[in-house]
Amino acid sequence: MSTPLLKVEKPGLMTTIQDLGRTGYQQYGIVVSGAMDSFAVRVANILVGNEESDAALEVTMMGPHIEFLADTVLAIGGADLSASLDDKRIPPWKSVYVKKGQVLSFGKPEHGMRAYVAVNGGIEVEPLLGSKSTYVKAKMGGIEGRELQKGDVLNGRPSSKEVLQKVAGLVVSRELLPDYISSQPIRVIGGPDETAFTKSGLETFYSGEYECTRDVDRMGYRLLGPVIEHKETADILSDAVTMGTIQVPSNGQPIILLADRQTSGGYARIGTVISVDLPRLAQQAPGGKIRFQSISIEKAEQLLRNREKALFQLSLGVGSSTQQ
Amino acid sequence: MEQRFAPVGDQAIRIAFGETISKETNRAIRAFCELLKKSKLDEVIEWVPSYSAVTVYYKPTEIRYAKIVQKMEELLTQLIEMDLPPAKRVIVPVCYEGKFAPDLEEVAKYHQLSVDEVIKIHTNGDYLIYMLGFTPGFPYMGGMSKEIATPRLENPRSLVPAGSVGIAGEQTGIYSLDTPGGWQVIGRTPLVLYDGKRENPSLFEAGDHVRFRSISLDEYEEIRRQLVAKTYEIDDEIVKE
Repeated sequence: MSTPLLKVEKPGLMTTIQDLGRTGYQQYGIVVSGAMDSFAVRVANILVGNEESDAALEVTMMGPHIEFLADTVLAIGGADLSASLDDKRIPPWKSVYVKKGQVLSFGKPEHGMRAYVAVNGGIEVEPLLGSKSTYVKAKMGGIEGRELQKGDVLNGRPSSKEVLQKVAGLVVSRELLPDYISSQPIRVIGGPDETAFTKSGLETFYSGEYECTRDVDRMGYRLLGPVIEHKETADILSDAVTMGTIQVPSNGQPIILLADRQTSGGYARIGTVISVDLPRLAQQAPGGKIRFQSISIEKAEQLLRNREKALFQLSLGVGSSTQQ
Repeated sequence: MEQRFAPVGDQAIRIAFGETISKETNRAIRAFCELLKKSKLDEVIEWVPSYSAVTVYYKPTEIRYAKIVQKMEELLTQLIEMDLPPAKRVIVPVCYEGKFAPDLEEVAKYHQLSVDEVIKIHTNGDYLIYMLGFTPGFPYMGGMSKEIATPRLENPRSLVPAGSVGIAGEQTGIYSLDTPGGWQVIGRTPLVLYDGKRENPSLFEAGDHVRFRSISLDEYEEIRRQLVAKTYEIDDEIVKE
């Protein structure tokens, strides 16, 4: 049964409701949105006994203060933003029992940019075109298509106390988690507009170091580094772009498109970040340094399949009665 | 010649149909999208047609890139026998008056035409929707007369109301949401291009034709009333090609 579950005491820097995005309508120009770090939200959902696609809160840098209006189980995935429950620190990647009246708050960002708060039963809002994800620019999804505000009350449907007690206390093994702090290059599948760049332009892209500017939001990351040279023009006939697509406009500085990207773009696409490296990218803050490395589609597919297998194993483990 | 198939990351494949904007390319793209729709492949999530390509998003856990290339090749062999469904022409009423048309006089002056001549040229003939994007339901249209092609505003407006009909170079378009924008605004349609609560959230589909019809302010208000009362019927017809 749907019941009032969370009350927003302080909204934080930018807290929105997100799930895995609004797919199926891109041909009509409808933006996908969804969690920036979809891996983190999926794991957090699994830890609280949800479907991976249930809606959760995406918390950015400075987190909100949230009072719980009913008992539930929560888990935090993604960035470590020093979450506490009634002043007691709670670690990420672990499901925790929450009692009615307790307050979740956040402190100093330790690493990463975006944390996901999943609650047992998921967050209930009216879905729009099959998704609860918030797309602020077009005021779509979530609550009135906006960021959370002080005083918002969100509904949920938590399970019975017996079920909640069973779900609480689950953890994820370290090996399953992406190495968020790794300085390994971000891997890229080249194209489809590689021919728009000179040989030396491509070499620059794959050898230079790029810094995340202050312009890093849900739509995309503007990077700053060595100028990537085009052959003639940076402009292409507007064409589809996806999560992780790297466009290079005429100034030669790459832009990586992320969750709130438009469905198409008009700048040459030098490549697209592979799926398994997207979480690490989505957690980069301004000032973060990035290098790129070319990888084959076959290798990227294998890495993705391995990760999905591990996630599947995790969901099986949670579903069974043996608890960690 | 560019490659027929190219990966866009590890979850999408781009199928190229040409390198320029042309009606023939658009016809092949439309036919291919129709094939995708009919074949209902389990591994395919969605697709995005553009001026010169179709990008297909697939489930990488269910099909590898090499295999999706094969499937797309198979579909392409059926393209020739494909009977294209007739295109739809949507008549879009536009009020080219007063506050709805802040740049109309500027556009007329730019080409040394009268305001009425600009409206006559703009409402004359069909525009083809090549793709939707920019904002939900925003149509990228081709086919406008060079006689009224006008550069964008030097200073974009911070707010252009939804329904505004604009010109940018040789393109014409209709704003689907209230957004900032730099197109020369010459009129406004009462029609709602995007509504997430509608069964078809977007008024248009890629491949549709658009023809503008000039209406008075009174008619604009009347259509708005009918839209609210849900009694307005979109004026569309089959295009004979």
